[in-house]
Amino acid sequence: MTSLRAAAMWAALAVAIVGPLAVAATSPLLEWRGPVYISAGFAGIIAMACLLLQPLLAGGALPGLALRQSRIVHRIVGAGLFLAIVWHVGALWITSPPDVVDALLFRSPTPFSAWGVIAMWAAFAAAALAALRKRIRLRPMTWRRLHASLAALCVGGSAVHAVLIDGTMGTVSKWMLCALSVAATIKLIVDLRIWSPRARRDA
Amino acid sequence: MSVIDRRTLVATASSALILGTAGLLSPARAKGVAPTPSMRGGSNNYRPGAPIVTRIGGGGFWMSGTVRRAGDGAPLAGQRVQIWAHTTEGHERDPHSHGATLTDANGAFRLEMPQIVPAFGQAHGHLALESRDFQTVFLRPVMRDPSATSLTADFVLQPA
Repeated sequence: MTSLRAAAMWAALAVAIVGPLAVAATSPLLEWRGPVYISAGFAGIIAMACLLLQPLLAGGALPGLALRQSRIVHRIVGAGLFLAIVWHVGALWITSPPDVVDALLFRSPTPFSAWGVIAMWAAFAAAALAALRKRIRLRPMTWRRLHASLAALCVGGSAVHAVLIDGTMGTVSKWMLCALSVAATIKLIVDLRIWSPRARRDA
Repeated sequence: MSVIDRRTLVATASSALILGTAGLLSPARAKGVAPTPSMRGGSNNYRPGAPIVTRIGGGGFWMSGTVRRAGDGAPLAGQRVQIWAHTTEGHERDPHSHGATLTDANGAFRLEMPQIVPAFGQAHGHLALESRDFQTVFLRPVMRDPSATSLTADFVLQPA
């Protein structure tokens, strides 16, 4: 990869992540929200940004990072994603407990809540699978298929969750971030041939 | 009991269908006005006994609607409706975001409150009908246009 292409890719990634954060930081809705509720929104956007980084890191797609380093960063970002989700849900709980209880019990009137909760559990399961990888001793390909399926469910669920919400993220920046993370996830699953019988073992 | 032949049945059913789909079926002639079921999440952040107020906060936004009796659809006067929402002046949980009003002789209510703003993903309001004589109903109407300056919600109540 040429240095120009590498620079372009990092710049695009920076725009995709900083864009939604910048739009959210200037949202008029912030004026009418308390600090805890505001932090819940930003934790959600940071989690969405992690969901764009994760497939890129898992596939070693970011220029200048060798696959080995990339996978280490993938684990760190994964831990960050976990914390962002916990913060998002926790701060929403403090803001309006009954709305969060409804969401967690799948009896919320808003369909995006259910998608968010599905994505949360998929992320937690994918994280648990990663944390227990050595202990549960699955065959590498089985582990990868499980982890990738849960991650894909998390990315898809989160994208639907975010797109249906009328919140602080701008429509364009939100759609862009969601579309990019879905595209990166699909590309990785296709490239690693996760579901083909002759899956790549080298990557 | 009168015997209903097939022709009468078909004619009645089709006219009911036409009137019904056209929304022209008058409440008085209908077999019964169905009671309004509570909406999911309607009771979230409800505060029992919120005071009757002339206006919630600084106002600028109107919540209105009607309260009728199930069956005959008669308007119900003097019914206490509690209203609350996430507005420009506070969160749903804040006591000052809540207020109640009473229906007039025509079963209508109207309360001025601060502008509702999107929260928890949607711009929405909450209404509770607290009555000794009727079953409690909680509504959670959603604003199609988050910048709208009014919202309506109608209740049809069942005796307690």
